Amino acid sequence: MGMTMTQKILAAHAGLEYVEAGQLIEADLDLVLGNDITSPVAIHEMEKMKVDGVFHKDKIALVPDHFVPNKDIKSAEHCKCVREFAMRNEITNYFEVGEMGIEHALLPEKGLTVAGDVIIGADSHTCTYGALGAFSTGVGSTDMAAGMATGKAWFKVPSAIKFNLVGKPSKWVSGKDVILHIIGMIGVDGALYKSMEFVGEGIANLTMDDRFTIANMAIEAGGKNGIFPVDDLAIEYMKEHSKKTYTIYEADEDAVYDEEYTIDLSTLRPTIAFPHLPENTKTIDEITEDVVIDQVVIGSCTNGRLDDLRCAAEVLKGRHVKKGIRCIIIPATQAIYLQAMEEGLLKIFIEAGAVVSTPTCGPCLGGYMGILAEGERCVSTTNRNFVGRMGHVKSEIYLASPAVAAASAITGKISCPCQLD
Amino acid sequence: MKKAVGRVFKYGDNVDTDVIIPARYLNSSDPAELATHCMEDIDKEFVKKVQKGDIMVATKNFGCGSSREHAPIAIKAAGVDCVIAETFARIFYRNAINIGLPIIECPEAAAGIDDGDQVEVDFDSGIIKNLTKGTEYKGQAFPPFMQKIIACEGLVNYINQK
Repeated sequence: MGMTMTQKILAAHAGLEYVEAGQLIEADLDLVLGNDITSPVAIHEMEKMKVDGVFHKDKIALVPDHFVPNKDIKSAEHCKCVREFAMRNEITNYFEVGEMGIEHALLPEKGLTVAGDVIIGADSHTCTYGALGAFSTGVGSTDMAAGMATGKAWFKVPSAIKFNLVGKPSKWVSGKDVILHIIGMIGVDGALYKSMEFVGEGIANLTMDDRFTIANMAIEAGGKNGIFPVDDLAIEYMKEHSKKTYTIYEADEDAVYDEEYTIDLSTLRPTIAFPHLPENTKTIDEITEDVVIDQVVIGSCTNGRLDDLRCAAEVLKGRHVKKGIRCIIIPATQAIYLQAMEEGLLKIFIEAGAVVSTPTCGPCLGGYMGILAEGERCVSTTNRNFVGRMGHVKSEIYLASPAVAAASAITGKISCPCQLD
Repeated sequence: MKKAVGRVFKYGDNVDTDVIIPARYLNSSDPAELATHCMEDIDKEFVKKVQKGDIMVATKNFGCGSSREHAPIAIKAAGVDCVIAETFARIFYRNAINIGLPIIECPEAAAGIDDGDQVEVDFDSGIIKNLTKGTEYKGQAFPPFMQKIIACEGLVNYINQK
């Protein structure tokens, strides 16, 4: 019986010829990641371990991004804890405010995540790096601590679901619509404990940013990881951003999958997840009554990349955010921010009446920079619309693409750019 | 391993870690402080009523969403000795084992146990007894490797003993 792409990467990192679903293995780690929420707990746990220091100072990434620039005194204390740990252990990849970005946009951009890697991160959206053909998965702080100390982690080898993508998405349909469609189809636990392996000729019609968005939200279907084959576009991306050696793994032809789906990208429509679960999806055509909103957020590890900002700018150019609506745009990294400035995107946003912020996870998890009041509604390009996620327990989040979010900011209700004048 | 005996707090599908411990409290990592806000966005009464040794029961995909270890930490620090669910989200599952919070997957128990029932869980055998209703269920036993981590009360002690 053949192995899936994920199983091959795990076998190689466990020093095994062959692994099968359900097997417990210990794998060597290429990168261990933490942020300002999860790292302090990990650092505290690591201090209890009988170890001298970290396993490899170049293979740990510490990215304060959730509540930075520090939103309050307690957050400042957390960031101080992370900073001091990074200095004490001479962590190469510690990213201070000014060079930081949202971790899952930043690490690929900095070349720290490449095909064939095994990566754990104390953040659930660590699955993002599957876009480059890496096995990457979210863990908690204690796993992060053990990973930093030993360079190893235990895994149960996952079975997989195969998603065969065919066709080309139409204008205003992006990676976000693809993944929301899939989550709507299989549910928030549809891929529980499993790999989501994306294959098919349709992948050639998805940009790297589309693929990052799709892999990023594998966790919202309960997936252990989401992973793409390594094609020319992925290789080009890695060569541009990284000096690390990458290894291309391919699924065996006789690999076994629990389920297989074929998705024709040309038939997808702009898709929106209604409160309070990412599986509550409707296409723009299925929304028959106006959903009046108060706020729009364009950003996050899901949709704060350059493609996303370009798309939002295309919609907002020459138009204006509706009076009374707050439109908050957050480039995910400093490099994206700078490029958006050079391309004139920031000017378009500001002239349209949007606010542009320094990189932060802030509003996505109800931290700061866009908290919702009771009864308020937000169209957001983020990844979760759980109860209270962005503020008051009686507020509502509608997950959507940057195109839909930007159009909604103009009309003040959930809209597609195709519905604008 | 020990047994847990206590009153049940029952919840439904897809209890996410944002409602277990909202992010607005994640500027702290103090277990006692986190415990005071546990479950408050879906059950304001939980922290007022919960007592040491109580048991949490939910249906499918418990602990989905964010990887915050603060979620099982808050549940454990609130006094809960065991969580039973039809299924757990995988990061929560890892985190609970890693911090030494016993959890058991058992669809039948998750369906049959109601809020307020008195329940006894034997971690060695995986037997779950509903003392209120007089029913008994067999939960999925942990693989030996995970049992060792739980017996050490978490991954840190397990690594130290290795």
